[in-house]
Amino acid sequence: MGRYVVRRLLIAIPTLLVISFVMYAILALAPIDPLASLATDPRVPPEARENIRIALGLDQPWPVRYVKWLIAVLQGDFGVSFMSHTSVSALLWQRLPNTLAVVGVAYIVGIFVAVPIGMLSAVRRNTLTDHAVSTLAYIGFSVPTFFTGLILIIIFSVKLHWLPFLYDSNLKVTDFNSLVGQLRQSIMPILVLGLFDAAVLTRYVRAEMLEHLPMDYVRTARAKGLKERAVVVRHALRNSLIPVVTLIALGVPTVFGGAIVTEQIFHVPGIGELLVRSIGSGDTPVVAAIVIIFAVLVVAFNLVADVLYGVLDPRIRYA
Amino acid sequence: MTRARYVLRGAALAITAVMAIACTGTPSASPGTTGATIARGAGGDLKILYWQAPTILNGHQAGGTKDQDASRMVLEPLAAFDNDAAAVPRLAAEIPTVANGGVSADLKTVTWKLKQGVKYSDGTPFSADDVIFTYTYMCDAKSAAISFGTCENVKSVTKKDANTIVVTYDLAQPFYLQWGTGTSGEILSLNAWKDCLAEKAKTCAADQKPIGTGPYKVREFKQGDVILFDMNENYREANKPYFKSVTWKGGGDATAAARASLQTGDVDYAWNLQVEATVLRGMATSSTSADLKSVYSNSLERLVLNSTNPSASLGEQRSEPGTKHPYLSDKAVRRALAMATDRTTVAEQLYGAGLTGKASCNVWNGGAAESKNTAALDVCKFDLNAANAELDKAGWVKGADGVRAKGGVRLEMLYQTSVNPLRQKTQDIMKANWEKIGFKVTLKSTDAGVFFTNTSPDGYLKFYADVEEFANSAGAPDLAGFMDDWTCKLAVGKANNWNLDNAERYCNPDFDKIIDQIRAEADPAKAAALVIQANDFLVADVAVIPIVNRTSATSGVAKSLKGVVLSGWDTETWDVANWYK
Amino acid sequence: MATTTSQVRIGGVAQEYKRPARSLWADAWFTFTRDRFAMVGLVMLVILVAATLIGPFFYERPMGVIDFSRGLEGPSLEHPFGTDDLGRDLLGRLLWGGRVSIAVGITAVIIAISLGTAVGALAGYFRKLDNPLMRFTDVFLSLPILPLLLVIIYLFREAIAARFGPDLGIFIMIVTVIGVLNWMPVARLVRASFLSLKNKEFVEAARATGSTDRRIIFGHILPNVLSPILVAATIGVGGAILTESTLSFLGLGFPPDVPTWGRLLYDAQNFIDIAPHWVIFPGLCIFLIVLSINYIGDGLRDALDPRRRI
Repeated sequence: MGRYVVRRLLIAIPTLLVISFVMYAILALAPIDPLASLATDPRVPPEARENIRIALGLDQPWPVRYVKWLIAVLQGDFGVSFMSHTSVSALLWQRLPNTLAVVGVAYIVGIFVAVPIGMLSAVRRNTLTDHAVSTLAYIGFSVPTFFTGLILIIIFSVKLHWLPFLYDSNLKVTDFNSLVGQLRQSIMPILVLGLFDAAVLTRYVRAEMLEHLPMDYVRTARAKGLKERAVVVRHALRNSLIPVVTLIALGVPTVFGGAIVTEQIFHVPGIGELLVRSIGSGDTPVVAAIVIIFAVLVVAFNLVADVLYGVLDPRIRYA
Repeated sequence: MTRARYVLRGAALAITAVMAIACTGTPSASPGTTGATIARGAGGDLKILYWQAPTILNGHQAGGTKDQDASRMVLEPLAAFDNDAAAVPRLAAEIPTVANGGVSADLKTVTWKLKQGVKYSDGTPFSADDVIFTYTYMCDAKSAAISFGTCENVKSVTKKDANTIVVTYDLAQPFYLQWGTGTSGEILSLNAWKDCLAEKAKTCAADQKPIGTGPYKVREFKQGDVILFDMNENYREANKPYFKSVTWKGGGDATAAARASLQTGDVDYAWNLQVEATVLRGMATSSTSADLKSVYSNSLERLVLNSTNPSASLGEQRSEPGTKHPYLSDKAVRRALAMATDRTTVAEQLYGAGLTGKASCNVWNGGAAESKNTAALDVCKFDLNAANAELDKAGWVKGADGVRAKGGVRLEMLYQTSVNPLRQKTQDIMKANWEKIGFKVTLKSTDAGVFFTNTSPDGYLKFYADVEEFANSAGAPDLAGFMDDWTCKLAVGKANNWNLDNAERYCNPDFDKIIDQIRAEADPAKAAALVIQANDFLVADVAVIPIVNRTSATSGVAKSLKGVVLSGWDTETWDVANWYK
Repeated sequence: MATTTSQVRIGGVAQEYKRPARSLWADAWFTFTRDRFAMVGLVMLVILVAATLIGPFFYERPMGVIDFSRGLEGPSLEHPFGTDDLGRDLLGRLLWGGRVSIAVGITAVIIAISLGTAVGALAGYFRKLDNPLMRFTDVFLSLPILPLLLVIIYLFREAIAARFGPDLGIFIMIVTVIGVLNWMPVARLVRASFLSLKNKEFVEAARATGSTDRRIIFGHILPNVLSPILVAATIGVGGAILTESTLSFLGLGFPPDVPTWGRLLYDAQNFIDIAPHWVIFPGLCIFLIVLSINYIGDGLRDALDPRRRI
């Protein structure tokens, strides 16, 4: 196992280099212009736009820009944002807490909702409970998040005036009141995202449970006279969760990537919102930094998932 | 020149405006309300929502209107423009004119007298050196300022004495307020920006926390998210600003902003509520929390007709000046298209008849240079029968599939624009009408970030389509600068890396002659007449089909928020010092 | 057939004697038709597909006619599903756009699942391929989707349009793009299942009896991996229909006047409180298609599951 991990880590280096190169090429070739928003402004003549292009270094060929960028990143410098002229790392640190507080919490909520419900749905297969849960899950992933978000806003913010829908990133949780404030402002996005995650995950938990419930070892456990509850939870669920755990581990990097639509609807200044805005405005340094951090997380959590898989399922052997 | 006319009329108005303010002392008379409590910082927190969040607080480095508006809370130009395009003094003591001796008779030298005793929010004094520094900063190409355009033809900006500066232009400059005014004229403090010249302008700390003379100062700035402002204790006008602090939140979209302002009342001021008229009207009429406020200037939603040949088979020569469009080069076809353009319906149904825009058949909108002749032109009247007759007369014959053709050329059209619900619905309306007169219309929409570039083949400047639709954002009241966008020398093409303004590639020597005359005309009234002549020329020749004069600001203003006066010729926050509750 | 021990049981043998021998597929169909929910799903899907394919021929109200005097009307005899803000008939638009949405949803998922299963099976089965293929997957998982889309479409649009014509070209490009962007999770799942199954007794047994790799992969392991694949597939359809609308929203998809279901939903979102019908009907259509496909997927899973056959 130890050798396997070391080897995987070594392979990660060329993998990340390839990712960074392909990503940079994509960003350079994509026809997005950082100056698009100034294009129809009669006060900004073409020569002013050209000056900006040169100041941003965009007059250099992209392979040159890539090498410069790579050298800087290897020294821990993600560069300066085209749009805000501040260091990219500062921007990311500003936004990470908001993303974790909303998208991260929603992911955890989703997991804690999905596992018991998926299990219940599988054990009570083809009963009313199962069909109700399944249908709810179908609604969950056929209705887009922008839609659920909008409905929640209209009900709870517009009609009832119970919850604010402008997220205040300056709110610091120091006492009970501010905690309530944080809950009030984040409950709607957490619900929207959590339910979507839960809907998808429930299906996998249910499917895996259904795979394992008729297996021999489950029958053996029952034959030993164990209580049904213990059979289901300790035996069937434990084994069913192996693929689910890897799925959850693989989903962790997407938490960092943020939830673009939900963050935008609820005005949460998270990383997803930053990413999509930076893509739209051609802010290459910001996009490149987010993508490369995301890639590191993807590679890392894939390794974690594989290791977990090996630990949880002794039948899998890695060379 | 027309610009001069504009400016002069503006100056007269500005003086009355200044007098009005000077007389009342406080921001306008508000009978019966909280007149007594209008004192500096008497109000609490002002909540502003911009659905595009500001990312930088220096107008010279702005990435869009959002940044210019936010930076004007702190930074001020020499003069601002009110909604009549009249100049109003900010850091200048008065607006220079020929009459008061501030402007030389040859319109080349402008002498600005500065206000005395003005202090920055950090207590340092403002002086002529700051103005000179600002000139050095923004007119250096290496600083890559977006305000660089106002440096055109500026020979020098020099200090006469501690409170007087002189702007010298290379040639007679009818729009002599070009440099140092409005959105492009924010004065930067030498002290705060001295390390930000040339290449260093790109990584300037002062752009994140600017020190200025404006009514507010920055406490905290989270780029792309929120700005917290405090009142500027050193603001030069007594009792202003009214609010102790301002929370400027960014993000979301226009509809969400409209809800926050008109439905929930979460914010006092919401920017640019360009939402579908049906939705916006419903929200606005039933709102108990806020009113919709809008102003117009020269922002024009238009249909641009390609005068060159966009066919892919031409390869490198595609949409290059010099090629000829297979059917749009026929004036009858252009006229028919214009007659089948139902701008009234678009304006009423999509822009809410004045809510976010009004129908217009003029290229130039606003002020006395706006033509009144075009309404009578046949190309400005929606008439499908006339359009059909026009095409019949010109020999375009309908085939079995209802598409007209002549000499093997079919009226098949690619009509492109940026992704935007209003534009897609406009496309639907145009398509329905144009297909009735024998066109076959294919619609295309491209993400705005890709559409508004000179690099993308989907972009509006490469223009690989027959017709496209977009609007200019509102600018300074510079008439000739606006109208010359249809001259031959500005035609977009490979030679200029697709980086000019004449997207139509329209080229007509007769039109160019009118523009040359405008540039040489010293008499404002005559210049205005020439602008009208140029405008009518473009409309009658159907170089461009105007659709809607869009509002340049459409804001949700809380019913409790008073003193909000918007201007279509400057930022929305040009007069923020006078807002109160 | 996988020869797990659980299959050799008395009941199963007894049943085999009662009915004539059937092929794997006939057997599966038999199980499938006895699943009430699966049949409901199938009928629903057939109705939806039929409605969108032949509906426009019978429902004569043209979907593109603009009539502002009738904008945002609720359902009536003349407009059974009401109208949008330009006064266009919603039912007509739903029928017309539905064929595009359904075709995109299903085709894109088939592409994603096929790619993902192929990569996952190869990586999970052949140890030598595991690392290269999974790192390749990492690359795809990490790339920024939006610029990637822009680049793909920028580079290939003209070529594809020239080859297949503009309409079919756009269709091919959209389903390929959605498929290419969504195979990675499937590959991970399939690989994981292959890793755990390839050392099991029934695989060893098959190998011992001289089965080829090909036969082991397709005949023995794959049927046991169907469950997660089907879940991924059925979840994917709704996502693909919505992704298509996102693409056209970015100006990368079909022309803006093609009323796909996802696009109708997007267009309607701001009108949710003044014209709920405009939102409800396309939403309902997407929901019904997702529901029917999931019911069918569940039924298929049961029918094809080697262990659950009695």
